[in-house]
Amino acid sequence: MEIIQSGIAQLIRPPDLNAFREWNRKKPKTLIDKRMTEAEAISRFVHDGDYIGTELYGTVRCPMSLVNEVVRQGKKDLLVAGQGVLELDMLLAASLVKKMDITYAGLEVYGVSNCLRREVESGRVETCVEWSNAAFAGRFKAAAMGVPFIPLRSMLGSDTLKYSSAKVVRDPFTGDPICLIPALILDVGLIHVHRADKYGNAQIDGISGFAAEMARASRTLIVSTEEIVDTEEFRRRPDRTIIPYYLVDGVVHAPFGSHPGEMCYLYQRDEDQIREWVKAAETPETTQEYLQKYIYGVRDHQEYLELIGQERLESLRLGAEK
Amino acid sequence: MSSPAYNPSELLICSAARLMPDSTTAFIGTGIPMLAASLAQKMHAPNLVTVFEFGGTGAILDELPIAVGGQRTFHRAIAASGICDVMEAAQRGFIEFGFLGGAQIDPYGNLNSTVIGDHDHPKVRLPGSGGSNDVGSLCWQTIAIMRHDKRRFMEKVDFITTPGYLTGPGSREAAGLAPGTGPYRVVSNLAIMGYHPVSKRMLLLAVQPGVTIEQVLENTGFELLIAETVEENPAPTAEELRILREEVDREKLYI
Repeated sequence: MEIIQSGIAQLIRPPDLNAFREWNRKKPKTLIDKRMTEAEAISRFVHDGDYIGTELYGTVRCPMSLVNEVVRQGKKDLLVAGQGVLELDMLLAASLVKKMDITYAGLEVYGVSNCLRREVESGRVETCVEWSNAAFAGRFKAAAMGVPFIPLRSMLGSDTLKYSSAKVVRDPFTGDPICLIPALILDVGLIHVHRADKYGNAQIDGISGFAAEMARASRTLIVSTEEIVDTEEFRRRPDRTIIPYYLVDGVVHAPFGSHPGEMCYLYQRDEDQIREWVKAAETPETTQEYLQKYIYGVRDHQEYLELIGQERLESLRLGAEK
Repeated sequence: MSSPAYNPSELLICSAARLMPDSTTAFIGTGIPMLAASLAQKMHAPNLVTVFEFGGTGAILDELPIAVGGQRTFHRAIAASGICDVMEAAQRGFIEFGFLGGAQIDPYGNLNSTVIGDHDHPKVRLPGSGGSNDVGSLCWQTIAIMRHDKRRFMEKVDFITTPGYLTGPGSREAAGLAPGTGPYRVVSNLAIMGYHPVSKRMLLLAVQPGVTIEQVLENTGFELLIAETVEENPAPTAEELRILREEVDREKLYI
């Protein structure tokens, strides 16, 4: 295949598909109770220098209790799949990110992320490799398919491609230029779901973003869940299983695990808390004060929820809105 | 009929809503496109199929979503799937319109939302492409919504996050993008612009109410082509504003 153009960025994590196959072969297929706390899951499975990814859409279904624990334990020099809002901001605020594949890191309606700006403009984040959202999802999809790359008809002609590690080749069948995006296999994936059983079978309600793809692109997968349910629920409705248990290494029970983000049909996002973060993130000092108060200063997710307060959390619950 | 008072956001929303015909598909991002789509659904386009990138297809926008993946993006929708399904639909040619925004736009409609300054040592690091590059690559026609000033309308953008007509006629196709796709309109607080059918450069089609052609040119950092007849875009009507204020954004989230 003739290579027409190569993105100038070095591929942060070249996929080793054969090693991934060997790894997946060895993953336990027996039913093991994988319930554990955030602290245990992060200390066991996330290491300094790991390539990690979170699955979410904006402030929806973001795995905040897990990410807050990554920050609390100070896992550093992380390579990060940069698609997100609050959870990326926390990792950046704590200066834990060394390199990023990035498609979007910002605050949606609240604009540009000051934490991203400070970390990238100072050079503390050493590398930003650019991608589009479809390329991001497609890279996970390629890994989930167990193939080294997939073709994509976006990014072509842009600087997004130039500063990526994608390649443009001549389609061997038609001769037309086509963009190839490389598979992305994560060391650790973090996903928050509506319900899971103790073995790791998981269901998501509403839209599912790129959960199916990222779960299958992760060597190690930590699932946090609003609710732990009996396996019978999965046996009764197997069509609803988006993540089967053998992909999963740790199951963390985390009610309000996306706070201050939202979970569809369960609770809405906490606008006051998000505004407090947006304001705090304006300066390095107030950013650290926020981390101190809401992450370092509490022992775990339970204590975080107590700090937010039961009354406030109840006010976020969605009633009959379905 | 004397035109009622309105603010700049309301003007952009009404202008964008009118560009969406009924019974078509539109890729919707957060903010103004969402309000415009909702207004269009309640005015002339009840069968407008809204598509949100993380999986919501065909939502009835009774209440405004705050986030592009929020529950309201699949309220009474046809389908709640995932990002691959939506992007693949766009790639197969199912999505007619797409909305875009950015910090900078050039005469060919190329958009920057990645960096101000040099990529590796940026003066300002912006959020990045997100779905923007995909919308600009895969939808048939795109509508950019911009605030109009010289720092935003530039001869050359610092970084092409999202392709417009790239360097001119034929360059999208040469890069491998699908034929027949590309920028359609730019809606700003000063004007409505399209693109010259041959040169693919931005073309002034209409000024916003009370704005002169000179004001548009003064606030544009490149040579803007001017259509033979430049219309005045009609001001938001009382009916549009009533629906916008009382039905679309009754919680006053945006306007």
